[in-house]
Amino acid sequence: MAEGENKGLVLLDFWVSPFGQRCRIALAEKGVEYEYREENLRDKSPLLLKSNPVHKKIPVLIHDGKPVCESLIIVQYIDEAWPDRAPLLPADSYARAQARFWADLVDKKMYESGTKLWKLKGEAQEEAKKEFIEILKLLEGELGDKKYFGGDTFGLVDIALVPFTAWFYSYEACANLSAEKEAPKLVPWVKRCRERESVSKSLPDPLKVYEFVCFLKKVYGIE
Amino acid sequence: MGEAKQVTLYGFWLSPYCALVHLALKLKGVAYEYVEEDLANKSATILQLNPVHQKVPVLVVDGKPVAESRVILEYIDETWAEPSFVPSDPYSRARVRFWVDFFYQRLIRTMPSHPLDDLSTIGTPRKVLANSMVPPSYAIIRSQGEELEKATKEFIEVLRILEKGIMEDFPRKGPFIHGSSPGLLDIIVGTGNAGTKAIEEVADVKLFNEEMTPQLYSYVHAFLSLDLVKNTVVPYDKVFEAIKERRMMALSSSKE
Repeated sequence: MAEGENKGLVLLDFWVSPFGQRCRIALAEKGVEYEYREENLRDKSPLLLKSNPVHKKIPVLIHDGKPVCESLIIVQYIDEAWPDRAPLLPADSYARAQARFWADLVDKKMYESGTKLWKLKGEAQEEAKKEFIEILKLLEGELGDKKYFGGDTFGLVDIALVPFTAWFYSYEACANLSAEKEAPKLVPWVKRCRERESVSKSLPDPLKVYEFVCFLKKVYGIE
Repeated sequence: MGEAKQVTLYGFWLSPYCALVHLALKLKGVAYEYVEEDLANKSATILQLNPVHQKVPVLVVDGKPVAESRVILEYIDETWAEPSFVPSDPYSRARVRFWVDFFYQRLIRTMPSHPLDDLSTIGTPRKVLANSMVPPSYAIIRSQGEELEKATKEFIEVLRILEKGIMEDFPRKGPFIHGSSPGLLDIIVGTGNAGTKAIEEVADVKLFNEEMTPQLYSYVHAFLSLDLVKNTVVPYDKVFEAIKERRMMALSSSKE
């Protein structure tokens, strides 16, 4: 293999994926150049299947030919591979533990809970709404009056959570759940994050997300 | 090196997640106090220290609590430097984290909160979930016949993938996956062994041995041979009794 052929960064991703967006935000924060490759999830590329044979999922960050998988692992890798600028995790080990704890919580709860909002109907949807509101309030409580979840610096938890804000419009349209009304203290945080170029350039238009959700609903036969 | 910290671990004696933390602290040579929690009767302390999940383990260092076993392990590694649990280069570190995550995703939990997690519910009826929704270990404990065979195959497949992955990502450079001293993967995979062995005996299945996954087997054997580990793990007969009881309850409740 020619030297330099594998050099550089490639991000295998899917435009609407909040997990992929985390990686895009992290790379942008570090000001690192990379090649973005859109995957067709119904026809996954040989490179994706080779790079993530275990889960066969995006996002995958390929750095000089070596794949890193799982979005929060990728974000931490990006932080550690470019330690000289824009730290995404705090230096103090206790603060890092708190960041990992809350990022882990976002990971465990947001996607599954959010998905239920548009996949379910009737009583099941009402249950899902209650669950989702609880999570929002928990996050609202943790944010408190801080600028970002980690304090003054934009970091791991913000990156883990902010992509899901592009789905708020869809949650309202499908489940009549207004995240802004249920967790008003998150609103200034969302605005603050979106003012960052890394975030505004990485997140999709909420209306396009809603179009996608409607498409998925057709595919799943949900009215 | 600063002054010694005040360290307290809140745990449950049978919990493998708590065992992980005991081992990590001991490997780092950290002096700590241990407080046993009655999971059927959670103390106000645990509810205060871990209000989000209300679970053990919780590690409190100089009054500040850390929860979630994986978070605690990395915290311990970063707070007490030697011996290190993860590689120094970012890429190898990312691969260690990947395999830890794989182990947790496929073998320990397939859902955010599953029956085996909540040890306080032992003896109480549980929501009936399909085998595909629970960890393979739990599926094995509660199944018979065809279901048991399927769950067993799944468990073995996970270990096979782990073996292959570890061999590819971490060239052999010592008795442990990490090298000359045990690291994060050694601690996590090694700690799972007692439970695995007990499940094998109780359900009469073969899950983990030298023939099927020779590399993993030798790494786990090296880890379990350490005196420190031998003196810290829950006695096997107690683990066996607990698993046996769980299977009895699961099989009898499925007959109702």
